Amino acid sequence: MIAVALWSVAALLALVPAGIVLSTRPRGSIILYGGCLIATSTLCVTALSDLLYFPHLAPSATLPIGLPWLGAHFRLDALSAFFLVVVNLGGAAASLFALGYGQHEDSPGRVLPFYPAYLAGMNVVVLANDAFSFLVAWEFMSLTSWALVVSHHREAENVRAGYVYLLMASFGTLALLLAFGLLASGAGYDFDAIRASHPSAALTGMVVILVLLGAGSKAGLVPLHAWLPLAHPAAPSHVSGLMSGVMTKVAVYGFVRIVFDLLPEPVWWWSMVVLLVGGPTATLGVLYALMQRDIKRVLAYSTIENIGIIFTGLGLALAFKAEGLDWVAALAFTAAMLHVFNHALFKSLLFFGAGAVLAATGERDMEKLGGLIHRMPKTAFAVLVGCVAISALPPFNGFVSEWLTFQAILLSPQLPSWGLKLIIPAVGGLLALAAAFAAACFVKLYGISFLGRPRSDVAASARETDRFSLTAMLVLAAFCLVAGILPALFIDALAPVSKDMVGNIMPHQVGLQWLTIVPIAESRSSYNGLLVFLFAALCGTAAASAIHRLASDRLRRAPAWDCGYPDPNLAIQYSASSFSQPIRRVFGSVIFAAREIGEMPPPSSPLPARLRVELHDLIWDALYAPIAKAIGFATDRINILQFLTIRRYLTLVFVALIVLLLVVAL
Amino acid sequence: MNALRDILSQGAQMSLVLGLAPLLTGFVRKVKARLLRRRGPPLLQPYRDLIRLMRKDVVLADNASWLFRVIPYLIFAGTWVAASLVPTFGNGLLFSGTADLIAIIALLGSARFFQALAGMDVGTAFGGIGSSREVMIASLAEPAMLITVFSVAMIAGSTQLPNVAEFMGSDAVGLRVSLGMAFVALTIVALAENARIPVDNPATHLELTMVHEAMVLEYSGRHLALIDLSSQLKLLLYVSLIACVFLPWGTATADASVARLVFGALLYLGKLTVLGFLLAVFETSIAKMRVFRIPEFLGAALMLALLATLLRFVSGSL
Repeated sequence: MIAVALWSVAALLALVPAGIVLSTRPRGSIILYGGCLIATSTLCVTALSDLLYFPHLAPSATLPIGLPWLGAHFRLDALSAFFLVVVNLGGAAASLFALGYGQHEDSPGRVLPFYPAYLAGMNVVVLANDAFSFLVAWEFMSLTSWALVVSHHREAENVRAGYVYLLMASFGTLALLLAFGLLASGAGYDFDAIRASHPSAALTGMVVILVLLGAGSKAGLVPLHAWLPLAHPAAPSHVSGLMSGVMTKVAVYGFVRIVFDLLPEPVWWWSMVVLLVGGPTATLGVLYALMQRDIKRVLAYSTIENIGIIFTGLGLALAFKAEGLDWVAALAFTAAMLHVFNHALFKSLLFFGAGAVLAATGERDMEKLGGLIHRMPKTAFAVLVGCVAISALPPFNGFVSEWLTFQAILLSPQLPSWGLKLIIPAVGGLLALAAAFAAACFVKLYGISFLGRPRSDVAASARETDRFSLTAMLVLAAFCLVAGILPALFIDALAPVSKDMVGNIMPHQVGLQWLTIVPIAESRSSYNGLLVFLFAALCGTAAASAIHRLASDRLRRAPAWDCGYPDPNLAIQYSASSFSQPIRRVFGSVIFAAREIGEMPPPSSPLPARLRVELHDLIWDALYAPIAKAIGFATDRINILQFLTIRRYLTLVFVALIVLLLVVAL
Repeated sequence: MNALRDILSQGAQMSLVLGLAPLLTGFVRKVKARLLRRRGPPLLQPYRDLIRLMRKDVVLADNASWLFRVIPYLIFAGTWVAASLVPTFGNGLLFSGTADLIAIIALLGSARFFQALAGMDVGTAFGGIGSSREVMIASLAEPAMLITVFSVAMIAGSTQLPNVAEFMGSDAVGLRVSLGMAFVALTIVALAENARIPVDNPATHLELTMVHEAMVLEYSGRHLALIDLSSQLKLLLYVSLIACVFLPWGTATADASVARLVFGALLYLGKLTVLGFLLAVFETSIAKMRVFRIPEFLGAALMLALLATLLRFVSGSL
């Protein structure tokens, strides 16, 4: 099993030099993305069969690369297998999409070599079984994705995004490096040795905080999210889909691997920290998303929301595990893992949809789109599925994982600790708010870009996208529906992962009557996506056929009614900013320090009146800006050292020597 | 035998809610008119309106998409399924295990999602204003509703409505502060969700404050009939929900005799009458709010619901 996986990764790496050669050929991108599709599909099938049939084998392998006395260790246990499925399902879908989308690329030489390297990096992170390989792969993944972010380097915005990303990625790796350093102090770099060691409570506490900083900055937890909405949209759309849908999941993997697996039994305050970060991340992420008008940026901010939901689930799992309620911990953990899978599906789908729109119109700004449902009907259908799924509405998959998380929250009064008792209802409230905002956000995204009348000429002349892109989107949409109506299959497949990580599993689901899912007991709660779907489909079609047969089926087209005052002016439609104005007014004045400034010219002046909206990212202003300012100040001062006379340099060297000698002497 | 009775009971429930929904709306309208010393339309007027609308042609805006034509059926299906899962006269519903209270709310959420999309499809200013305000109201009402459900579910130890109803009807409930708060929160949410005064006015058209009516402005004929019927079903659903959770007396249990079922049905009609009457009285005695007062109104519901949940966490008996 693991040999197949490693050979596939090697194949991906072999595609890197091929990418350099192929980038100059006219059909080169098809060969490269085809190769990536084959490699990732192989990895996906291998990992899936491992997860379903041999989850407890956990084969391992050691390669003679890396540190000479250590070698590179790899292991394929249930957790790795599950995340391999997520990574390569997303990778395969992105490669399929790129078969068509990649042909729009202006400078393939800046994308093609890095793409397979990036995929390989993510796979190795998940497979690594020692800290050295893990960190090298992690950094490799960061750097290759950075190269992809700055592939369109002529736009100043992308260069800035790349710069911020590079800084934050280095910060994250540094935090992880320190965490592993602490862990390895008594044991060495091998994960098996770390697992067997018994670190002190103070040390594990520090490791948890460092991992939350390191993995959290890659995943986009507030307040470490600042780079994410800049970097994810800047990359080509299939890479954006991978970064949002898959790479953030690799970060979640890092967190789970270290905190649930490598560290000993959790302490209750860990969960407190995770919950206090996760809940606000969910709500703030989606509120930011609501304020945006760039499609890809909306999607990037919505990723932050979903990461918040996942970390809330993980926090709950930690809390229940720490208090010995591991059957509830299994529920919360499974909910988080299911959301990892679901989010990878619909976020990739939505980024591909944004890519298709970008290829067809050249626009990412919603204010210039509209009416695309008429010109790109199939893309519009697939994106609609993604929007419903991500808004956590039944019968699609997003609802199932949120429902399971809510069920875990409902069991939290059983926790003995008072801190958690007070925090968890608040976190539940934040999640409920986030779910409602997400629906609002995606009504806006879909309604403004795909419905209504076209707001620009490019939107009016858009064409349906190519076959490969459509297939990728429709396959992901089908997965969203299947995971929504047959969640029992997916929950059962996650059982070995939850057994390994929290020591218990959810009750077996497949085989229950009508494929209902029952997380705890039938008297407590149950949900059946399949029946809801069939029931609703039946009611809808029955109503349609009855009305058409018995009452009327005539239809006539006429100009829009609009209360008798239809206005042909396209600007009369609601825009993205006006759509979110009520919510901005209710919530934004505090959270974004939002202000509306009306500029009214004096009477008889021919100047137009203007309404400006000012939004502030308070976290940026309060946290990042001062740090950047302090560093700028310090470097300005140190800069003087570059322009000294020779006498001063000599004095400096002499003084330094004296000081060093003193230090040595003392 | 049991399966047959469950199927019959489920079928009866589905036809009952569908049949009663327009009557409840007609009743509320009638009472409101009488309170204003008008005579008001006959009780059966909503039925006539629906039949008239269904027989008419659909006049579709030129640039309406396929989605616009499908949405009425989606809304209707979602609302009908949700309404047929809330116990009315008896608890023994065949499909009650299909969706718990959270899923029922989410089903209504799906219906609203599509309704808001429909408002934006034709690309008119009125549709946009309706959708934009609807999602603003929903972004507060839905969390308030969910947290209310949390508090009720934590007290009853279940999110399945039949079990909640059974628990609320038993002696184990006692007098709880949190339930009182949850009741007030649920009532506020129900008013907002059904576009009633003071949040929205179901009787007006062409008023800048309108929300629901603005979204469905471009609909006509059978599409409009279905959307109207869905709104009526939704009102019935919320009234049944309040009756089921807070006035659970007389609801027949899963293994009840036919006589008990009939008694349950009669009692259910009585509850509908009382709650419908109270709704009419409330609506005539209060003025419509400005749009930006609504968040405060709904925020109160949200806070009450959170407080109810917190109380449950603090003490098992509050």
